[in-house]
Amino acid sequence: MKNRLKVLRAERDWTQAQLAEALDVSRQTINAIEKGKFDPSLPLAFKAARLFGLSIEDIFEDEEA
Amino acid sequence: MSKEASTRTAREFHNTKRLGAWTAAWLVTLALVAFGPVYLWDKEPLITSAFIVINLGIGGGMIIANIRFVADLDELQKQIHLEAMGISLGVGLVVGLSYSMLDITNLVSWNAEISHLVFVQGITYLVAMGNAHRRYK
Repeated sequence: MKNRLKVLRAERDWTQAQLAEALDVSRQTINAIEKGKFDPSLPLAFKAARLFGLSIEDIFEDEEA
Repeated sequence: MSKEASTRTAREFHNTKRLGAWTAAWLVTLALVAFGPVYLWDKEPLITSAFIVINLGIGGGMIIANIRFVADLDELQKQIHLEAMGISLGVGLVVGLSYSMLDITNLVSWNAEISHLVFVQGITYLVAMGNAHRRYK
């Protein structure tokens, strides 16, 4: 699954650690999501969407769609 | 943001410290059960039995601490631990039974001890954790 997490984070000038803190996950998890190595759960995706003030579809893209 | 961060870091630190303390206590009581009868209380059965009960109780505490530790991990960390636990459980079962068969059929001259199985599972868990961490790096 593709995502715009890295771009959105950079736009706000946040570090991976800061985003991890805001989402209450580890920095490793943010890094793995940004690199597309790990797909977040629906609750975590919703949490990220709320944090950025966007919809889930604005952040995550289903590559199979 | 920093408040949530310190909360997670503090929780992880607290959970790890608690698990470490329970594990250390369990190991100490296990060592007492193993070596105490010979070196400390001259094989007195009542004392040995008491320490076995204490060791079991502390073991229960260690299991609960481990459950809490895993429950508070984030979703990627949980997945990494789950994979490692699955691999170590599988390897422990398969290798353990094969090793036991070697002993039962007298294909090895020594006894297949439970400690050998614990060693294999521990090493397997560590290697599996290392591999999973590398994969998600």
